[in-house]
Amino acid sequence: MAQTLYDKVFDAHVVRKLSSGQYQLFIGLHMIHEVTSPQAFEMLRDRNGSVPFPERTVATVDHIVPTEDQSRPYKDDLAEQMMKAIETNCKQFGIRLYQPGSGKQGVVHIVAPEQGLTQPGMTVACGDSHTATHGAFGAIAFGIGTSQVRDVLASQTLSMGRLKVRRIEVNGKLNPGVYAKDVILYILRKLTAKGGVGFAYEFAGSVIDAMSMEERMTVCNMAIEGGARCGYINPDQTTFDYLKGRPEAPTGAAWDKAVEWWKSVASDKDAVYADVVKYEAADIEPTVTWGISPDQSVGVNEAIPSTSDFSATEKANIEEAYEYMDVKPGQPIAGTKVDVVFIGSCTNGRISDLREAARVAELHGGKVPAGIKAFVVPGSEIVKKEAEAEGLDKVFLKHGFEWRQAGCSMCLAMNPDKLVGRQISASTSNRNFKGRQGSPSGRTLLLSPAMAAVAALEGKITDVRPVLAKKGA
Amino acid sequence: MSEIKKISGTAVPVRGNDIDTDRIIPARFLRCVSFDGLGEHAFEDDRAQDKAKGKTHPFDDARFQGAKVLVSNSNFGCGSSREHAPQAIYRWGVRAIVAVSYSEIFYGNTVAMGMPCVHVSAADAEAIQSIVEADPKAEVVVDIEANTVTAAGKTFSATVPEGPRKQFLTGGWDATSELLKDFEDIRSVARKLPYVNAFA
Repeated sequence: MAQTLYDKVFDAHVVRKLSSGQYQLFIGLHMIHEVTSPQAFEMLRDRNGSVPFPERTVATVDHIVPTEDQSRPYKDDLAEQMMKAIETNCKQFGIRLYQPGSGKQGVVHIVAPEQGLTQPGMTVACGDSHTATHGAFGAIAFGIGTSQVRDVLASQTLSMGRLKVRRIEVNGKLNPGVYAKDVILYILRKLTAKGGVGFAYEFAGSVIDAMSMEERMTVCNMAIEGGARCGYINPDQTTFDYLKGRPEAPTGAAWDKAVEWWKSVASDKDAVYADVVKYEAADIEPTVTWGISPDQSVGVNEAIPSTSDFSATEKANIEEAYEYMDVKPGQPIAGTKVDVVFIGSCTNGRISDLREAARVAELHGGKVPAGIKAFVVPGSEIVKKEAEAEGLDKVFLKHGFEWRQAGCSMCLAMNPDKLVGRQISASTSNRNFKGRQGSPSGRTLLLSPAMAAVAALEGKITDVRPVLAKKGA
Repeated sequence: MSEIKKISGTAVPVRGNDIDTDRIIPARFLRCVSFDGLGEHAFEDDRAQDKAKGKTHPFDDARFQGAKVLVSNSNFGCGSSREHAPQAIYRWGVRAIVAVSYSEIFYGNTVAMGMPCVHVSAADAEAIQSIVEADPKAEVVVDIEANTVTAAGKTFSATVPEGPRKQFLTGGWDATSELLKDFEDIRSVARKLPYVNAFA
């Protein structure tokens, strides 16, 4: 019978049906970081547990790592304590740890693909909701909590239910100035923040097919913002080309066998889906969020919607968003003044993101105005090195942006990078929740790296398309 | 592991859809290596903001102290996978949650912790919230076995997905022991996966 990738990969990893009716699922790749793993190791020790498959877990540090002064011990005692915990835990249980300075450290969802660890047909789990990112390779990748991290450490398996699959097609051709980030923000707006609960999202269509792996990662990364625990894209030549030659990718005869198997896990042409939705690329504009949930967004030339544009049950939420963001329905999003611009994160901290932001800065030609803080945080040490080799750091510095070291940084502000008071940030990250960027009353507008760059240079939300048109995009 | 069939006590209503885990426990409190002490920081920023506006967040409201059941609306616990969120709620004193829907990851965390989350209709969630707002001393009973929530004597139908429901009723909600049973079966699945064997 024709099957989806989700069902094929799920079935291949089932150990048994548990007494609860849930499935025991083997986890092919487990990633850990310093925030959600220390308690898991403690729980493991409490049970005198061991890690039977240490080679299937890879650790890095990203959330609390400072992006300026990385000298140890960290100024933040709690951050230092967490670093020490992961160092001790990895050492004790024989787990690889990509430390700052190793040349491999960075945001976990950037690091694993870079190393070729994430491959099609795998099950991938990590104590981080943005694990959905790895679905870009045709893997079933999902975030888990700390008790489940303990389960994976102890057994390399998890108790999981099976999800339904919704196929989301985006067809046509994206207009200049419209990026993968806009595509996923548009999908979230259409399907809402909770529309994906109970589903895995399969992204498809000519727009997705034409995307690079980095763009595909941006799309899958935010599946979770739509409530879908995982999002994935069927593996194809783009996937194989990206993997070829990466440190952890198969080589020689194994490579050919791998490609053959990877092709076999893709959804069959006549696979049946629980739901199918289709969108047209031409309808997607550069998109900016205006509210406190990633599905509250508009095209850059649109106005903030009124409550009558939403269902009655959403009214209270929309009003809460107006109040928190201090915006009014009918107000244009373009022209919204920003205080801080953050370019980075597991959503948009890859080399292609930084190249595009730098290109926009060059085309624009201006400088970040006084009083506005704009900073660029490469997603990994490899991205940083690559960007510096291309001179992107100098472009950013010339235009008044700060150039930092790799980490999660102000996506969730667990390190020293934070908003202050009611500041508004234009951010290439994934969440605009209340207080997300470190100030309990801080505000976040999510957008693409190109739109973030122009927001930094203009000091306000500005359509990037005229800038791109200046010298031909 | 103990069976969880029924939770009774007073309830705390936390109204709103899409209440995310950043709101339940802001990221700055994740700088820790233990879940201890998270309870006092549950909803910390929401509480402070309500206070600044002259309002009282239900978690600060004297009438709702000691509540064992949290009642919210749809997509509760969306966003970050941080188990710190359900741990903070649990350590504040909550033992069961009643809402219309939950994010998947949050839900998985609560099962692994042994804190049942039951689903009710949108209208019933609001009705239960209204009952406890009008009478904070009202007893709320979350009955996993009967698939009901009773508030001040009024009974509402509630559901728990079949898998977790069985886990709570049989005491198998802590999956680790069962996952470790027959370890050879895990090895045999691993042996069949081409990538685990380097595509040899």
